[in-house]
Amino acid sequence: MKKSTNVTAQRNNRWALLGIKAMVGVVVLILIALLGDILITGLPHVSWHFLTSPSKDFGAGGGIANQLFNSIYILVLTLLISCPIALGAGIYLSEFARPNFLTSVIRTIIEVLSSLPSIVIGLFGYLILVIKFQFDFSIFSGAIAVMLVNLPLLTRNTEEALHAVPQTQREAGWALGLSKWRTISRIILPAAIPGLVTGVILSAGRIFGEAAALIYTAGQSAPLISYTNWNPFSPTSFLNPMRPAETLAVHIWKLNTDGITPDATQISSGASAVLIIVILIIILGSRWLGSYLYRKMGGTKS
Amino acid sequence: MNDVQRKLMQPSAATKQDRRGKIISLICIVFILILTVSLIGFIAVRGLATFFTNHVSLREFFFSSAWNPGQLGKNGQPQVGAAAMITASFAVTLLSAILATPFAVAVALYMTELAPKRGARLLQPVIELLVGIPSVVYGFIGLIVVVPAIRTLFGGTGFGVLAGSLVLFVMILPTITSLTIDSLKQVPDYYRSASLALGATRWQTIYKVILRAALPGILTAVVFGMARAFGEALAVQMVIGNAALMPTSLVTPTATLTSQLTSQMGDTIMGTLPNNALWSLALVLLLMSVIFNVLIKWIGKRGEMQK
Amino acid sequence: MASYNLDESYLYQAAGPFAITTQDLNVYYGNHQATFNANLKFPSNRITALIGASGSGKSTFLRSLNRLNDGIARVTGKIEYQGIDINQAAVNVYEVRRRIGMVFQHPNPFAKSIYENIAFPLKQLGMTSDLSNRVEESLRAAALWDEVHDKLQESALDLSGGQQQRLCIARAIAVKPEILLMDEPTSALDPISSRKIEATMQQLKKDYTIIIVTHNMQQAARSSDFTAFFHLGHVIEFNKTSHLFTTPRMPTTEDYISGHFG
Ligand SMILES: Nc1ncnc2c1ncn2[C@@H]1O[C@H](COP(=O)(O)OP(=O)(O)O)[C@@H](O)[C@H]1O
Ligand SMILES: [Mg+2]
Repeated sequence: MKKSTNVTAQRNNRWALLGIKAMVGVVVLILIALLGDILITGLPHVSWHFLTSPSKDFGAGGGIANQLFNSIYILVLTLLISCPIALGAGIYLSEFARPNFLTSVIRTIIEVLSSLPSIVIGLFGYLILVIKFQFDFSIFSGAIAVMLVNLPLLTRNTEEALHAVPQTQREAGWALGLSKWRTISRIILPAAIPGLVTGVILSAGRIFGEAAALIYTAGQSAPLISYTNWNPFSPTSFLNPMRPAETLAVHIWKLNTDGITPDATQISSGASAVLIIVILIIILGSRWLGSYLYRKMGGTKS
Repeated sequence: MNDVQRKLMQPSAATKQDRRGKIISLICIVFILILTVSLIGFIAVRGLATFFTNHVSLREFFFSSAWNPGQLGKNGQPQVGAAAMITASFAVTLLSAILATPFAVAVALYMTELAPKRGARLLQPVIELLVGIPSVVYGFIGLIVVVPAIRTLFGGTGFGVLAGSLVLFVMILPTITSLTIDSLKQVPDYYRSASLALGATRWQTIYKVILRAALPGILTAVVFGMARAFGEALAVQMVIGNAALMPTSLVTPTATLTSQLTSQMGDTIMGTLPNNALWSLALVLLLMSVIFNVLIKWIGKRGEMQK
Repeated sequence: MASYNLDESYLYQAAGPFAITTQDLNVYYGNHQATFNANLKFPSNRITALIGASGSGKSTFLRSLNRLNDGIARVTGKIEYQGIDINQAAVNVYEVRRRIGMVFQHPNPFAKSIYENIAFPLKQLGMTSDLSNRVEESLRAAALWDEVHDKLQESALDLSGGQQQRLCIARAIAVKPEILLMDEPTSALDPISSRKIEATMQQLKKDYTIIIVTHNMQQAARSSDFTAFFHLGHVIEFNKTSHLFTTPRMPTTEDYISGHFG
């Protein structure tokens, strides 16, 4: 009797483990199929011309130049605004907040913000920035909306990176008579740099692919802009933050929902491939830079 | 008082630095709090206008599936029934979670229990890549691959809950997986060795001991995944069909809360009922994300109590 | 283990002057009291060892002396230093901590170069004159100069544990404290490195008052002038080291040093 249950158990074990491995295989295959599909159907459409010419609404053969630039512009602007705020907020949570009721309320509110759907955040941006304050559909409105999506995640990441620095480093600073603030800014922050940088780069990937928060804030059109007009107040300048700016991700969505561009599928494929490649570079870059910085901080030469 | 005593009793530059640092970092956090609270406030005010200004009844909003806020219905009232969208949102959320959870748990088990070294090295990048792919790209693949496949297999247009769920399945897979990994890692090692020492097979150990111990964590992971699915807008909007109709089958076009908002917000005029009604949908989304949050907290508390 | 009367103690009246004294010092972690009415006087330019079993409150007491327990524990009673009770909210803790330096159990150099580990806090404290001389002086005082003078720009994290700890001592004395608190500074080190640090302490004694926590009784016997024995948060005995280890006055002390518990 004992023997036979054992045999059954062994058989179940074999099948279950096999099942797990098969499911893992399916997941890996899904990823390979996804990436393969995007790159194989998309890359043939990516050419220098595609990357450097403006899009066409009604005709075929449009490019993605302005969308690509707009994505980068919004990315940079968003990071410029969110990094200092997330840094400050992360410092507060990691270094100053006492474990009490107020702190737990603060944490809960930030968690709620981080779990809000980005379409809801985008609509809030639309309501406040675009309509109430009349910033219209603009890079600025878009950057603020994406900042709201990004802030809670970046804050959390900052807090974790700071928290990972051993307490003994803080005590070393305090025991020398350094102020808490100097200890944070000159000892803890430098020691947390690898974690902080990795977090910022990964958030760059998220921002670059963000679309839901942008369709009603940065807008869905990419008016022609001039890359030689350096006056940021001119409506045709590429630097003007108050112009509507469809990004690459929004462009892919727009092409597939309006259905007026004849080669929408080809352009979307190409644009998706570009998007994925940029994000691949960002992910790989963050891994490489993260481990490089760790090695540098823990290692031989300083 | 001598010099040393004076120095000991006087505030120094350090005192000021600390105060300044604390204030600056506090300002940052307060900024985030104010934004969040005003976001919730503004959306609530807009979303409640449907009920208080336009006097739509809560009952109609939640239980009627006739959505046509621009026109009057047979009873002479505007039709603001969100039941179809709410149902569709829950349908895609549940279906995608049901699909994703077994796969996520399998991947997590593989990475933590079966092949901790090699498996993790292979699959960690897979998870990161799946997270990294933007939702519009998922939507686009859904549109050119999944929808036609469903059309071929089941007939009809191919748009609908099934297409939406399949797209969301892949999107929430990495979320559930990485949180499940975290909770499996927290199961102490002696659980494993004790069970194996008692002669249990690997699978018995996993099934009876490890998964059971990690259950609250896995549930949390699933709820996180569901929250993400419920709030995802563009990828779903691209494959759901965008017809504000009650989904009568998995393959008929319908609309979720997010897809309806995405496709209609630009076509309505601020302050009118059709616009207010959309803000009510946004409010439902907001409330649901708070509810998911509460659920996660609750599961966490229950899990801790059991330990 | 026998039950002892914790309220009885023997406190030897050492000759002054005293660098720092405590009066009825009590420390509470929330509701948990970790130090009970500690009355100790630390003679200047002497080494005083704090011994006692793990958890007896040695670190808690030590960290109260430079106010490092601020925000972690509630400390009541008086800590007199330079004629001032430094356990008051109005006192400038940064100045207190600069004047009462500390070396920790685990070496905690900054992730910076050897040179910067010492120069950086000096710069932060505005002691910018003669920087490289000061760095050299401190490294010499900590008996580390000969080993590192040709690689000052290399990362401090590449040093051995013993060297790191001596670097931490150099860093602590660079900011010119009067008192040096050391919390089991050698417990994470090998015997040879420990001996080097003990030798360093004997040199430093000329200029500093040293209070060292150790649960290595040989170390206390070898290197300290006075010893205080802690038990369950109470100071049971304070005496000249030679007396405490040879003719302990309290039964608890006797049992502890003869290895009957702890
Ligand atoms: N940060 C803390 N929070 C709460 N209790 C603590 C803390 N640090 C120490 N204790 C408690 O105070 C008592 C004394 O600890 P400690 O001073 O570290 O002893 P020792 O240094 O002699 O080993 C112990 O009971 C310990 O558990
Ligand atoms: Mg200790």
